[in-house]
Amino acid sequence: MNTAFYIAAIVAVISTLMVIIEFNPVHALLYLIVSLLSVAVIFFLLGAPFAAALEVIVYAGAIMVLFVFVVMMLNLGPQSAAGERSGWPGRLWFGPFVLTAALLAELVFVLRGGGAVGFREVGPQEVGLALFGPYLFGTELASMLLLSGLIGAYHLGIGFKAAGKEKDSL
Amino acid sequence: MSDIQCRLITVFVVLIGAMAASAALIWLERRLLGLWQDRYGPNRVGLFGLLQVMADMIKIFFKEDWIPPFADRPVFVVSPAIVVAATLIPFAVIPFSPGIAIADLNIGLLFFLAMASLSVYGIVLGGWSSQSKYSLLGSLRATAQLLSYEVFMGLSLMGVVMMAGSFSLGAIVRAQRGMWFCIPQFVGFVIFFIAGLAETHRMPFDLPEAESELVDGYHTEYSGLKFGMFFVGEYLGITFTSLMTVTLFFGGWLGPVLPPIVWLLGKTVVFICLFILIRASLPRPRYDQLMSFAWKVLLPLSLLNLLVTAGVLLTRR
Repeated sequence: MNTAFYIAAIVAVISTLMVIIEFNPVHALLYLIVSLLSVAVIFFLLGAPFAAALEVIVYAGAIMVLFVFVVMMLNLGPQSAAGERSGWPGRLWFGPFVLTAALLAELVFVLRGGGAVGFREVGPQEVGLALFGPYLFGTELASMLLLSGLIGAYHLGIGFKAAGKEKDSL
Repeated sequence: MSDIQCRLITVFVVLIGAMAASAALIWLERRLLGLWQDRYGPNRVGLFGLLQVMADMIKIFFKEDWIPPFADRPVFVVSPAIVVAATLIPFAVIPFSPGIAIADLNIGLLFFLAMASLSVYGIVLGGWSSQSKYSLLGSLRATAQLLSYEVFMGLSLMGVVMMAGSFSLGAIVRAQRGMWFCIPQFVGFVIFFIAGLAETHRMPFDLPEAESELVDGYHTEYSGLKFGMFFVGEYLGITFTSLMTVTLFFGGWLGPVLPPIVWLLGKTVVFICLFILIRASLPRPRYDQLMSFAWKVLLPLSLLNLLVTAGVLLTRR
């Protein structure tokens, strides 16, 4: 169990690093997918199979496909990779470095304080009960946010369609 | 120790069985298409043309393994492997007989959905990395189609999950002892089957590889064994979708007299033949028709099915 965890963790760290330093945008996205998958494995090992499955379905399966889709549409070829390669100004590193250092410090603090992670399997039913029990308010807020996104997308689509019709009638 | 050996044997048998079944399917499909189109189909090599697949395989093995110089090499090589792996892995959660499954996961159904959503990558990346316009168009179509149909493929299965009270496929089969779910969840079954057709991009929904307009869609640039992998991946997808339909809606291994594995495989073969019959008889829709059918008919229908199922289950309790 521990070995599996460490392998998944190492894969996650390396692939995330590759996301940052890879020049080709599609290759970087592929590394990001690998990173998400290894995080899913870690969730599974920590006893949260439901979260692991959702991580793969939602992040790796849906959101990242859209990312790849957009990058494909933009058609970022060798030129953009060359552009990435040419300029890496040092000051760009400063902000992310400070932020990650803070995270690292926090992580070290947690690790020194002992195991903060509960080691018990949480099934889908428990997740559902928690979502519609104590966290009902948050769930409803999230669903409202999604609804507004849906209406916005619908509105944009309608505008597009009307414009298309006008063009047809002309 | 014997438990581990038993499991390893199961893994091996399922792996070989799935590959052999998908190879045999190529022959079955060509013969059945021939039958329905009033011609013979391949009947020269071996008994009833059974060795035709072997001949085709030898041919594919000896073809030049060509990678176009303009292609994105690593992605081009890895995408057929992604297709086959992502369709082969979910075989692990199918309960073949009582107690015989590679992994009867607590979240088996979600695992299947996760792998289905990962299999999109093989097609998308295969088309993109070929750097040719037909491949790119094919893979753009594939992305939009598979993403749309995945949404209510999941939603249509939630009715089954509610009735069985579990995501585990073993528990779902056992919950069908009284009545197969295809009767109370008929709408869910129809939606799942249509979505399964679209997910395997079979004939009525094969717009990603529509040969009349896109040459061969996302695998235009592929040849030799890499093309063979895409091909095998498609037939594995058919086998798996049929197995899944049987497990979720037609009682899996349940059935009288005969051993459970025979029931499961027999029902699966019926659905495979249905897949082929649909290919032989239905024309291909236009792409915008495909998408509007998905979002305007199937999605509301699957939501309604979910609502009604939940209402009925709550009033009964």
